Amino acid sequence: MNNALTLLGLIGSGSGYGYDLKQNYDHYFNLAKPLAFGQVYAILSRMIRDGYIQSSGEETGGGPDRKKYEITPEGRKRLEEWMVTPEIPSETLQTDVFAKTIIALLIERDTEELLDIQRRKHLERMRQLTKQKQTADVVHILLCDYALSHIEADLRWMELTSARLNELRKEIKS
Amino acid sequence: MSIPMLQALDIKKSFGKSEALRGLNFEVEKGEVVAVMGPSGSGKSTLLHCLAGILAPDSGQVLLSGVEIQNLNEERRSELRRTQFGFVFQFGQLLPELTALDNVSIPLLLGKVKRKDAEGRARIWLERLGLAGMEDKLPSELSGGQAQRVAIARAMVTHPQVLFADEPTGSLDSLAAENVMNMMLESVRSEGTTVIIITHDARTAAYADRDVIVRDGRISGAMMGSGK
Repeated sequence: MNNALTLLGLIGSGSGYGYDLKQNYDHYFNLAKPLAFGQVYAILSRMIRDGYIQSSGEETGGGPDRKKYEITPEGRKRLEEWMVTPEIPSETLQTDVFAKTIIALLIERDTEELLDIQRRKHLERMRQLTKQKQTADVVHILLCDYALSHIEADLRWMELTSARLNELRKEIKS
Repeated sequence: MSIPMLQALDIKKSFGKSEALRGLNFEVEKGEVVAVMGPSGSGKSTLLHCLAGILAPDSGQVLLSGVEIQNLNEERRSELRRTQFGFVFQFGQLLPELTALDNVSIPLLLGKVKRKDAEGRARIWLERLGLAGMEDKLPSELSGGQAQRVAIARAMVTHPQVLFADEPTGSLDSLAAENVMNMMLESVRSEGTTVIIITHDARTAAYADRDVIVRDGRISGAMMGSGK
């Protein structure tokens, strides 16, 4: 999963202190292991350097974790670009698709549209594999079948996610 | 630019208070195979019915080779469906008391083709779909995949301009579905038939040249590329 862009998305849903951003990140995306504080601050300073976020409202005598971060117009542009660029379908879990779904709900973006963009990319890959099968020997047909089955599973997950969006939106907003 | 084979312009269709199509635009080129996907209730079946002249939209236009068909009377639309369009459905489409050969011959007999000629052409199509030797079988004696191939032969025997396939593999297992799709695509490619496949199954949709997703009565992200 792209940690930096996911964090940018969280900042895009509302400015926050470094500590809160980390807590939020772990709450939504703590799939394997929590993000280390050091990692969070490294990402934040990189994003300041790139002009995607800026710090504001530093409290007196505050260390780095007392800074509040907010997204810049440049950062908003980068975030949107990431959101609408479909991920390359692969046979592994599409964690970026998951991250984009949550971020889209947090920043109140059209989430179904994003899922459709991703669906199209998945279907395109399935078309390529289906075409390859037409001229392949049985061994390669089996390999294509394997890839197709996994991409199909992603698609089913996206379909279910679409169907659960209202439920998910309510939970995230509460 | 060539005229699309089939085109829907801003079509709307409601059933009571429920809006099935809300200003939908869609087009398909001659010889193109398009998959129409979307969740249940998205309007994809209503779209098929409007494109095929089974239903008339409340507003908007449906054009076949640039000619409006939505205002034709039922008799003309029925003729259109018989001569220009072919249909393959999920199941229950073969007449159970007729043999495979008779099922495939029917559209020709309805079009006043002599029985001998009709049967000759039906035999050719059954053979093309890998069903030589099955001519005298009743639908109940055929497997699901075989029955579906008979249905494809019946749809193709009149050389339709457009073939509509509504969940053509919906009742089949994976391997039978693959077989049916391969044979169907081989047939339509060699005939240059335009095909619209309505399906919720991604594997089936992957046989098409491109796909569109219907959501809430419109084509989702209509401005996005689609790998055409």
